[in-house]
Formats: sequence, structure tokens, C-alpha cells
Amino acid sequence: MTSRGPAAYLQDTVLTTRVGSVLRWARKNSLWPMPFGTACCAIELMATMASRFDLARFGSEVLRFSPRQSDLMIVAGRVSIKMMPVLIQIWEQMPEPKWSIAMGACASCGGVFDTYTLIQGVDRFIPVDVYVPGCPPRPEQLIDGILKVQKFIEEGKQEASARGAPRQRPLWATTRQV
Amino acid sequence: MPDATQTALIQKLSAKIGGHLLATATGPDMAILTAKPDSVYALLRTLRDDLDLKFGYLIDLTAVDYLNFPERYAGRFAVVYHLHSFTLSDRIRVQVFLPAESPALASAADLWGNAAWLEREVFDLYGIRFTGHPDLRRILMPDDYPGHPLRKDYPLRGRGERERFDQVTT
Repeated sequence: MTSRGPAAYLQDTVLTTRVGSVLRWARKNSLWPMPFGTACCAIELMATMASRFDLARFGSEVLRFSPRQSDLMIVAGRVSIKMMPVLIQIWEQMPEPKWSIAMGACASCGGVFDTYTLIQGVDRFIPVDVYVPGCPPRPEQLIDGILKVQKFIEEGKQEASARGAPRQRPLWATTRQV
Repeated sequence: MPDATQTALIQKLSAKIGGHLLATATGPDMAILTAKPDSVYALLRTLRDDLDLKFGYLIDLTAVDYLNFPERYAGRFAVVYHLHSFTLSDRIRVQVFLPAESPALASAADLWGNAAWLEREVFDLYGIRFTGHPDLRRILMPDDYPGHPLRKDYPLRGRGERERFDQVTT
């Protein structure tokens, strides 16, 4: 023991890695979603969380209804013009780094509701990392979307919010009290 | 409600408030009174307060846009009141026709409390103003929204968000 050095002594009880990798690994497996459920996609979101599909298998079971404790926003459903300031405010209250998923056709592009009330895709106002298509998407699709976010994190890909702000903030979103 | 019952009710009402009415009719579900726009408030107050009638419950207050039926109806807009009387166990429909240009009507908010919000909705979506309303603001659309989207000449698509945020959404 005196002459063999620490490496031989520790043998395979220690893994060497980089701090960034460990951080990303921890971050990836403890995504806390903020459920912004406004329509039927939220029902599928609930199914995803519940026992049959059990998102806890991927470390995302802790739904946080406080934006300050969450780092993944799932916009599940239609967002009306009147709801948009609320969405932006909640998004801005989330601490960085943060990711977002536009779940379903309505959140991604307005869906079939090209009407006087609805925002035609939340990506016009907040940055979106992953779009999950479907009307509404099956829980498997949402799980796949969350796994894609995890993959981004693992690869160290910069999140959409860090790559640049949404295209343009509407003036009223900053001035109106909600 | 059978026609005979409706006819009896219409006769009873005509004796009391005939001066406020333009026409009466029987409907598939309840009797229909067409009121003069100027005296609709007096008509509604009588319907509510008359001890033989006591239409104390405003079930609904809404509007219809008859844009494409100018020869069939007396005005472009119809404001419709559905009233229920617990005394008579009966319902009636009161409709008032209004012109296309700056439609306005006396508010019924001090007769039935729920009329206040229903009239705000009609104002919001049809642009019909209710004079004497305590707080005539939009109730569903954003406060600064232009236009009244349930009017039949409001385009089905292509406005809304784009109209408001063209710099964002082009």
C-alpha cells in the first residue's frame, strides 16, 4: 500500500468526469415541468403524468405550479390574446436555464382556430424548444418530446431562450398589469 | 308549451302592455313579443312587476345579427330577452329590432342584476350600446380590441391576432 499510489488503491470505485457533464446529467433527469394547460391537451398531459404512462420514469414527475420552481414549460392548449400576457409573465418568472414545449397543434400554430381570439402559435411570443404535433398528442408523443429536451440538455445544446428572445415582444404585454 | 296556452298568455299580455308591442306570435317553445325599441324598458318593468305576471327571472339576454335578411326583419339587430315567471310557470321571449347604424337600447341592468353582464357581452360581441348601463365595458375581448366579432360581417379568419400584432405575426 505504501508504494502503489492512490490510483491503484482506489481501483474502479471512482469515476472521473467533467463538472459540466455531471450538471447536465442531473439537469436532464430532473426536469420540473410547469403545466400551462389551457385546453384538451392538458388532459393528455395529465394522462402522461399518471400511472399508466408515468413520466416519473424520466425524472419529470414533479409538476410545479409555481414558475419559480420549474424549468420546463409545457404549453398545452389554445392561448387566447387575453391569456398571452399571463403566459409571457409566467415564462419570464421561470429561472434560467429553462426550456419550453409547445404541445399540440394549437400551441404550435393555432391549429384549426384561425379566429379573432387566438394566438397563432406561442412561438411568436416565447421561445420554443420542441413542438409536439397532434390534436391532442398521445402521451407517448409528449414523452418523446420531453426525451428530446433531455437529449438537447445532454448534448449541451443551447436552449431556445438563450439563443435569442422571441421575435418581438408586443408592447402591451409589458405595459399591461395581469 | 302548446299553442293554445301561448295564445291565452298573449291575449292576457296584450291587454296589459299592448301599447308597447309591435307584434306577437306563437313560437315552438314560448310566446314571442316584438317590442318597440323606445318603450322596451317600460315593457320589461311591467312584465317584471305586474302582480299577475311576475316575470322575475331573466333567463337570457342575447342578440342576433340578421345581416342577410333585410326584407324579412324590421332591423339588422335583434336583442332577445328570455323571461321566466315563477307565478305563471311560464316563459316568454321579447325581441327588439334595432337599426344597423349605432344600435342602442335602454339597459335592463336595474331590473335584473344579471342583465348587467349579459348586456356587456352583447355590447362586446355585437356593438349594441345599452344606455343607462352602470359599467358598459367589454367582458370577453381585450379592452382595446377593435371591432365586434360576432357581427356577421366580421371576417371568419385572417383578423384578430394579425390585426393587432402585424409586426409580430407577418
